[in-house]
Amino acid sequence: MNEKKIEELSYEEAFAELEAVVATLENDEKTLEESMSLFERGQALSKFCASLLENAELRVKQLVDGDLSDE
Amino acid sequence: MMNQASLFSSPRWTVTSITAYLRELFESDEMLRDVWVKGEISNLSRPRSGHIYFTLKDSGAAVRSVMWRSSAARLALDLRDGMEIEAHGYISIYDVSGQYQLYADEIRPVGEGALYQEYMRLKALLEAEGLFDPDAKRPIPNLPKKIGIVTSATGAALRDMLNTLQRRMPLAEVILAPTMVQGDAAPPKIVAAMDDLLRVVPDLDLLLLGRGGGSIEDLWAFNDERVVRAVAAYPIPVISGVGHETDFTLCDFAADLRAATPTAAAELATPITVAELQGANSYYTDKLNEQIGRVLDDAFINVDDAIQRLGYISPLRRIQRDAQTLDGLAQRLHTGQIHRGGMMREKLFGLGSRLDALNPAKVLARGYSIITRQTDGKVISSQTDVRIDDLIHIRVKDGNLDAKIV
Repeated sequence: MNEKKIEELSYEEAFAELEAVVATLENDEKTLEESMSLFERGQALSKFCASLLENAELRVKQLVDGDLSDE
Repeated sequence: MMNQASLFSSPRWTVTSITAYLRELFESDEMLRDVWVKGEISNLSRPRSGHIYFTLKDSGAAVRSVMWRSSAARLALDLRDGMEIEAHGYISIYDVSGQYQLYADEIRPVGEGALYQEYMRLKALLEAEGLFDPDAKRPIPNLPKKIGIVTSATGAALRDMLNTLQRRMPLAEVILAPTMVQGDAAPPKIVAAMDDLLRVVPDLDLLLLGRGGGSIEDLWAFNDERVVRAVAAYPIPVISGVGHETDFTLCDFAADLRAATPTAAAELATPITVAELQGANSYYTDKLNEQIGRVLDDAFINVDDAIQRLGYISPLRRIQRDAQTLDGLAQRLHTGQIHRGGMMREKLFGLGSRLDALNPAKVLARGYSIITRQTDGKVISSQTDVRIDDLIHIRVKDGNLDAKIV
C-alpha cells in the first residue's frame, strides 16, 4: 500500500487509493491490526478528498504576451 | 431518303422510356448539374418525411423544387412562403409526373452573398480534406486537470465559462490565453494564442474556444481558414462554443465537440462535477466504515470464541466439572437411598399383610374358635388333652364361652 504523505497526493491519487483501500478490506483477509491501519489510512484519505472538494477554488492563470503569469 | 426512312416503323417509345430518355438528357448536361436558382418560395410543404417541397417562381415562370431530408436537416434557414432565396442543386425530371424539378441541396437568403459563398466554398473544401471527419473526433476527458481557454479577456464569454467551471469542477486549473476575437487581425491572434498555450502548458488536457453571440460578420474569425485548420490540427481535444444556438461556424465543425454557447462549452468540458465526486467520496467512506465494522464484528466473535475456549481449559472449569461430578454422585447416592428405602417399605408391607393373615382374631372371624383348659390355660388341640368333667374356656370372634366336657 502506498504510504505517501496524504497532503502530497492529488485528488485523483487520493481517491484512487481510497477505492483501493476499500477493495482490500472487502476482498483480502487481513489481520485486525492491518485492517485497522488500512481503515485509518482510508479515513484520512476520505477526509482529505472531502476537504479538497469542499474548499476547491478554480485556479485561473493567464498568459501575458504568450507567457505565463499568475492572475 | 428521309421519306424513304419514314416508311420504316419509328422506334416504339413508351411513356416510361421516353421520360427516362429525357431524364438522362437533363442529367448529362453539365450546366444543369450545378445551378444556383434565384426565386420566391411558394406552395411550401414540409411533411413528416422531413423532405421539403416548394415551388420557386418569379414573374415569368415557376419550377417545382424538392430538398431531400438529408439536406433539409442541415438547413439553418427558416423557410417561408414569399421568401426570396437562392437554391443550389441540379435539374432533373420526376418520372411519375413527367415534370422537371430542381433538386436543391443548399438554400441561402438572397443578398447574404459574398460571405456566405466564401463560407460554403471553404466548408466544402475543408470537408473534402477530411477536417470535419466525425471519426477523427476525440473524446473529452472526464476530469480535465488543465483547461486552456482561448477567448477575449474582457468578454462575457470568459465570465460565463469561468463561472460554469467554478460551479462544476473547481479542482480544475484554467489557463487563459487572451486574444482578440473579432476583426481582420483576429484570426492570426487566435492561432497564436492556441500555440502559446501548447508551448507554455505542455500537459494541457483540453482547449475551450469561445466567443459570445454576434452577427455573421462578428463571428467571422471563427470561419477563417487559418483558425479552422489550427483547430482541426490541435493535438488535444477542442470544444468550440461560439455565438448562439443557431450559429454554426467552421470551427464548430472542426472541433472535437461543438457547444451551442460558451457556457455550454464549459459544461461539456466538465463531464464529472464536484457534486458527483462528493457523492463518490461519501459512497466509499460509507463502504470503508461498513468494512471496518465487519472486521471488528469478526474480531469480537473471535474474542468471544477465545474466551469460551480459554474457559474449557482453565482449572476453574475443571473444578467446576469435578464439582459437577461430585454433585452427580451425590445425586445418584440420594436416589439410590430412596430406591432402597422404597424396596424396604414394600417388603414391610408384604410382611404386614402376611402377619395380618396370621392374626388369630382374623381366624376367629372366619368361624374358628380357640379352646383352653380352665385349670392351666393350655390350648386344647387334641381329644386327649381333656377328660370328662374338665372345665374349658372357648374363645370366639366376639367373646368367651365357659363349658364342661361331657
